[in-house]
Amino acid sequence: MAAAAPALTRSRRPRLGALERRNLRWGLLFISPWLFGFLALSVFPILYTFFLSFTRYSGIRPPVIIGLTNYERIATDPLFWKSAYNTLFYTALAVPIGVLMAMILAVAMNQKLREVGIYRAILYLPSILPVFAISLIFIYLLNPAYGMVNALLGLAGLPSPNWLGDPTYARISLVLIAQLGAGQWALVFLAGLRGIPIELYESAEIDGAGAWTKFRRITLPLMTPVILYDIIIGLSLGLQVFTSAFILTGGGGGRGGGAGPDNALLTYVYYLYKQAFQFGQMGYAAALSVVLFVVSLVLAGAVFRWARGWVFYEAEDA
Amino acid sequence: MLRKSVLPRIVLIVGCALFALPFYFMFVSAVKTGTEASLAPPTLFPHTFAWSNFADAVSYIPFFLYALNSLIITVGATIGAVLSNTLIAYGFSRIRWPGRNIVFYVCLATVFLPYPVVLVALFDIFGKLPSFGIQGARSWVDTFLPLIVPVFGNPFYIFLMRQFMMGIPRELSDASRVDGASELQTFWHVILPLTKPAVVVVAILAAVAAWNEFLLPLLYLQSNEKYPLAVGLAFYTQEHDVLYNLLMAASTLIVLPIVVMFLLFQRFFIEGITVGGVKG
Repeated sequence: MAAAAPALTRSRRPRLGALERRNLRWGLLFISPWLFGFLALSVFPILYTFFLSFTRYSGIRPPVIIGLTNYERIATDPLFWKSAYNTLFYTALAVPIGVLMAMILAVAMNQKLREVGIYRAILYLPSILPVFAISLIFIYLLNPAYGMVNALLGLAGLPSPNWLGDPTYARISLVLIAQLGAGQWALVFLAGLRGIPIELYESAEIDGAGAWTKFRRITLPLMTPVILYDIIIGLSLGLQVFTSAFILTGGGGGRGGGAGPDNALLTYVYYLYKQAFQFGQMGYAAALSVVLFVVSLVLAGAVFRWARGWVFYEAEDA
Repeated sequence: MLRKSVLPRIVLIVGCALFALPFYFMFVSAVKTGTEASLAPPTLFPHTFAWSNFADAVSYIPFFLYALNSLIITVGATIGAVLSNTLIAYGFSRIRWPGRNIVFYVCLATVFLPYPVVLVALFDIFGKLPSFGIQGARSWVDTFLPLIVPVFGNPFYIFLMRQFMMGIPRELSDASRVDGASELQTFWHVILPLTKPAVVVVAILAAVAAWNEFLLPLLYLQSNEKYPLAVGLAFYTQEHDVLYNLLMAASTLIVLPIVVMFLLFQRFFIEGITVGGVKG
C-alpha cells in the first residue's frame, strides 16, 4: 500500500505537495470529459429547467416569467394526475414483480444444472432487444382478434381481455412488456448468489436446516444489497417509462393530450413529451420536469431510508 | 440429486418458453402471407412461407437508409463512449488526487437523475448550439450530435472500467513513470492494452444502447432522411395501415443484429452484467 499523505496536518489550508498538485492536474484532465458533461449536461440543464418552469415559453420567442402559474396549473390538471397515477401504478407493479422474477430465475439457475448456459442465454437475450421493437411486436400479439396472446389464453380456457382497449389491461400490458427485461436482473442476482460462501450453507446443513430455512436465513439476507440495487434502478426507470406507451398508442393519442383507452397509457414522461414537443408548452413541461426531479429524489431517499431496516451489509473491505 | 433438480428445470423451461414466445411469434408472423397473418384465431405455424416479406418490408420503408443512420449513430456513440469513459475511469482509478473519491461518488449519484428531467432544457440548449453546417442543420437539433455526444460520460461504464483498472497492479504504473513516461503515455501504452476486456464490454453495451435508443432520436431528428430504424419504423406504422406480417418482418430485421452480436460476444455481455451493467 502506498504511504498515505505525508502528514495529516491540521492546518486549515492543507498545502499540496508537488506530486499531489501534479496528480490533481492529471486526474482532473482525465476526468474532464465527465466533468464537462456533468456541468453542461446535468447541472446547468437542471438549473435551467427550474428557471423555465417559472416562465411561459414556446421554444421560439424568449421566455416570459409568470411566477408560479405553471405549478398552479399542474395542481388542477386532470391529465397530470392521470399520468402520475398511471406511472405510479406501473412502477408499483413492475418493480416488485421484477425483483420476484429475477430472484426465482436466479435461484433456479444457481442449482448446478448442466444446461444452465442455454437458459441464461434465452432469458437474457430479450433484455437487450430494443423496447420499441418489442412493443411493436406486442401491438400485434395483444390484438384481440389476430393476437397470439388471446389465442393461447383461449386454448388454456382463460378469458380473452381486450388488452389495449381496456384501461386496466392496457396498464397491465406495459408491466408485462417490461418483464421481458427481467433476464438481465436475473443474471445480476445470479452473480450475487454465486458470491455467497458455500461454507454458510454447509454449516447450516450440519445444523439440520432445510432448503427454505437456508434461503430465508442465508440467501435472502445476503442478497438484500442486490435487491436494493434493483429496486432503486427499477424505480428510476419505472418513473421514466415512455417508449412502450408511445409505441402502443401509435404516438398520436387524443387531441387533448391523452393516450390509450381512458388515457391509461399516458405515462408521466409521455405527457411531459406531449406538452413540450407536441404543444410547444416548454415552460409547463419544465414545471412537470421539476416535479419529476423532486419526486424521484424523494422516492429514492425514502427507499434508502426504508432499506436501512432490512439491508444486510457485510463487513466491507475498504 | 435428480429429484432436487426437477423443480428448477421446470421453472427455467417455463420461463424460457415465456421469454422466447413473443419472438417466435414475431418470426413466424414475419413469414406468413398477408391473408394468413390476419386470420383469427392466428395460426401457430405458417402454412406457407412467404420469405418475400423481408424484401417487401425493406422496400416499403427506406429501410437501408434508416439502417445506415442507425449504424452511424451507433458507431459514433460507441467510439465516443469507449474513448471518453476509458479516460475518465483512468482518472478515477490510476491517479491519486485529493478529492477523487468524493467526485467519484458524485459521478455515481448521477445514476439517480432520471434523464427526462433535463429533456426540455437540453433540447432548448442543443437548439441554440451552432452545428457549423453539419448535416445541413443550423443547430444541434436535427443532427446526430445530441445522440452521440452525451454518452461520453456514463456512470455505469465508468464504474465498470474503474473496477477493472483498479485490479491492475500499481507497480506497472510506477515502473512506467520511473521510466519517464507521461501520464498519457502510461495510459496509452501500459493500462489501455490491459483493459481490453473491459473496453469490449463497454463498446458492446454502448452499441446496443445506441441501436435501441428511441426517445432521443424521436426528439432531435426532424427530417425523415435522418431517422434511425427506431423512429423511422414507428412513424411509418403511425402513418400507414400496417401490414402485420411486414411489420413483423421489419422487427425481425431490427432485432437480428443484436441477436448476432449476442451470439458472438455472449461472454462479454455476461461480464458487463455481473459488474453492474444496466440498460440506460
